[in-house]
Amino acid sequence: MPSNEPVDVLIIGSGASGAAVAWSLADTKMKILCLEQGDWQNPTDYPSNGRDWEARQFNDMATSPNRRQLWSDYPVNDDNSPIKVLNFNAVGGSTILYAAHYPRLHPSDFKVKSLDGVADDWPIDYHQLEPFFAENDRMTGVSGMAGDPAYPPQKTSPMEPLPMGRSGRMLGEAMNRLGWHWWPSDCAVTTREYEGRAPCINLGHCIAGCAQGAKASTDITYWPAAIRAGVELRTRARVREITIDNATGMANGVIYYDRDGVEQFQPAHVVVVAANGIGTPRLLLNSKSERFPNGLANSSGLVGKNLMFHPYASVWGYFNEETDGNRGPPLSLWSHEFYESDPSRGFVRGYSWQFGRGVGAIMEAQQSFASGRLPWGAEHHAVYRKLHNHRMNIAAICEDLPEEHNRVTLDPVLKDANGIPAPKIDYTLSENSNRMLDHAIARATEALREAGAWDIGVEKPIRNGGWHLLGTARMGSDPTRSVVNDWGRTHDVKNLFIVDGSIFTTSGGVNPTSTIQALALYIADQMKQRLATLFD
Amino acid sequence: MSKAAAPLPAWGDPILSDAEKRSLAALCARMIPASAEFNVPGADDALIQADVAKSLDRDAAAVHRALAHLERLAGGSFADLDIEKQEGVCATLRAEGGPDLTALGRIILQCYYRDDRVMISLGMEPRPPFPKGHTLPQGDWALLDPVRKRGKIWREV
Repeated sequence: MPSNEPVDVLIIGSGASGAAVAWSLADTKMKILCLEQGDWQNPTDYPSNGRDWEARQFNDMATSPNRRQLWSDYPVNDDNSPIKVLNFNAVGGSTILYAAHYPRLHPSDFKVKSLDGVADDWPIDYHQLEPFFAENDRMTGVSGMAGDPAYPPQKTSPMEPLPMGRSGRMLGEAMNRLGWHWWPSDCAVTTREYEGRAPCINLGHCIAGCAQGAKASTDITYWPAAIRAGVELRTRARVREITIDNATGMANGVIYYDRDGVEQFQPAHVVVVAANGIGTPRLLLNSKSERFPNGLANSSGLVGKNLMFHPYASVWGYFNEETDGNRGPPLSLWSHEFYESDPSRGFVRGYSWQFGRGVGAIMEAQQSFASGRLPWGAEHHAVYRKLHNHRMNIAAICEDLPEEHNRVTLDPVLKDANGIPAPKIDYTLSENSNRMLDHAIARATEALREAGAWDIGVEKPIRNGGWHLLGTARMGSDPTRSVVNDWGRTHDVKNLFIVDGSIFTTSGGVNPTSTIQALALYIADQMKQRLATLFD
Repeated sequence: MSKAAAPLPAWGDPILSDAEKRSLAALCARMIPASAEFNVPGADDALIQADVAKSLDRDAAAVHRALAHLERLAGGSFADLDIEKQEGVCATLRAEGGPDLTALGRIILQCYYRDDRVMISLGMEPRPPFPKGHTLPQGDWALLDPVRKRGKIWREV
């Protein structure tokens, strides 16, 4: 039985942001508890330990919770979205099941209204976050190469980059001929011994958990340090709702289901939500009360609205020369050539590219079977040998502008195993996103052809591409147009904070984890600086 | 007192009937035949078939539906058709496509391409990625010199 003694700070979710905020707040010596619906992962159980490593991507380590259906998962009704929601529910959250591609948002991403007249500016800027990017890089362990001309100079130097490999050389030479930017990515993967973690040995299967421990998931970065500093992490604890003292309008705790499915009340003086851009609005919308009949912190009506995914396009090519296949981390090079706005392109804002080395033997067979490239019958073997380890990929990550009709609501029927209403997604691709995707596909095709591709495949948008869950409790100065203020506190409830990707005002066009964690550290720092006046 | 049957997983019955196994093996023989040239078995090989039969997992219901559809197209037992007629049914099946066939194909291919004999034929070591990993050329980062020379491309705010 959990004690459920009152705590000073209660954090909901132990993923990218929850772990960072727990670690940062630990030095206050406050009593801090994190509730996590999943459990610890055992690296010896990760797929790359077994011969079925590729198959498990479609089963217990599938990226879609609807496919995976583990006890720790909740269902998501994403039928009305061309992009499906991906996540993982465990200590470490979706950092267990991510590629560890680790760019920061650009300075321009925080000021899109001022620069391009679209969406809204963030109430903070890149330079305010810069010290927290650096602190997060130090805690995470980042490899890459200093001096990328796509970014302002950075104060920290990463570990040496992941290997360029054959694929990187082929694409790098092509990008040079085209005069386009490319650079070793910042990757949350160690390339040497780092804080007790072993260096990458090119298992090639980073996404479904790193058996080597080289990939930075927060269960092996922030959490050991936070727990040593006194934070309690309680697993298999699924929060149903945040409760309110109707007299004061302040949060006073949460109701959750423990590992035996028994309803519990956990009192708290401060509540921090870190449940991602789908889980957070779901929780707030499920936290209705007399005082907050439309859901908690929702006086603006914007909780759940402005969902941004980053529409992805995937363009892949086949080459005569052998590529890396799955024999290394899939992502270790990027291009930001088309990142900043250029009105001549027919859309606003831009996108980044991540270069993919190739895919595994089974994935190649399955995808080529589905696309019709791989014949049945006697020709099968000869054709397969031209495809296997002869592929490279460029994935475009497009900035997704906030639109209120793209939203998370509560499904009227679907519920999780504890009977908690599940999230429902309504999302459409904007005309701007469509144009951006088309531009990215045309340019990526050009790059792959330049590198020697003899056949090109395209997926637009990537259906199972809803990795980045952003914008559904946006940050802003105006309480009528945002959910949290410029330091993560909700406008409506003075002891309720949100620290995950749902507070992104705009999405940028890069993988968001680095920025999510820097934001979480920034908010924790703001809380620490304001402890005496936290509820004013 | 009879023992209550264990509930089926949410994704369907993981067991194939004998008739389904016959259909599956015949389909696999048409899909990926053995090759002396590449020194590989066909997907109807007994070891591969045994792997397929225990690997339905979250695709179990889709596999049952796909095999039932195969029998409908065959007008009876697909395995009992002569090869020419089987080829015709396969062409129809593939032309119709659909998620059930994709799921069935996915399982056949995952079992085929993790078979030791097939992996060796492809020049792969039949082993899991961990703990040995792989070796990649580090590359010559002087290849970035033109990018450095071009200079800053980020936008000032």
